[in-house]
Amino acid sequence: MERIPILKMGPYLLVTIQVDMHDRVAMTLQDELTQRIVSERARGVLLDISSVDVVDSFIGRMIGNIASMSRVLDAETVVVGMRPAVAITLVELGLALPSIRTALNVDAGMTLLKSARKMAGNGRPAR
Amino acid sequence: MAVLRDEMIGLRSMDDMIKARQLVRDCAIFQGLSLVDQTKIVTAASELARNTLIHGGGGEMRLQALNDGSRRGVKVIFADRGPGIPNIELAMKDGYTTRGGLGLGLSGSKRLVNEFSIESQSGKGTTVSIVRWK
Repeated sequence: MERIPILKMGPYLLVTIQVDMHDRVAMTLQDELTQRIVSERARGVLLDISSVDVVDSFIGRMIGNIASMSRVLDAETVVVGMRPAVAITLVELGLALPSIRTALNVDAGMTLLKSARKMAGNGRPAR
Repeated sequence: MAVLRDEMIGLRSMDDMIKARQLVRDCAIFQGLSLVDQTKIVTAASELARNTLIHGGGGEMRLQALNDGSRRGVKVIFADRGPGIPNIELAMKDGYTTRGGLGLGLSGSKRLVNEFSIESQSGKGTTVSIVRWK
């Protein structure tokens, strides 16, 4: 089965989804990502979906789950690169993903993660 | 109404579902649908193909390229011989789910297309038909 690589960039993890995702690949990604957040002591996750041309309710739910799970593990998730047609479709489908942070590209997402960390950083125990 | 293309594929595995999404995309491009409309019908097809697979125990997808003289469109029909849907009105409600999903499959895909129809008979199966016009 194909797997989605998880790359470490300093205190952050970068996940770029480039395949037309099987449901099971999505489930495996959730599992592996939560394990890596803990083992790498990651402070944030960048989820790059710029190559994804369809997000249905299953994949949308997976994106929401990743954000919730990583938050529980003290890491922020930023979803980057959503295509405009995908955004329009998701909202009409009824899945507005209100609790998810987004940025237009990886650079902007990284800036967002860094500023979130700086704001939360005062008095926060080091990992 | 002229049917320019007519194909049928089986929906028995996740691989079939991914193939189905690609076929619908190809047909939508062939018919000249905009990128947003392509994305809408492919997403609706993905929801319905998953229903056919998970709730219907597999089935078929029929894909047609339509031309009614003034406009072109894509029609997709999903058919299974599963247990059927006992209460369609309830199943069409946002948030109603029997398998712990989000309950957006039927109601959400209806919002993404121009025409939507569903027929279901208890013990005989379910057929859902959608059309997106250019």
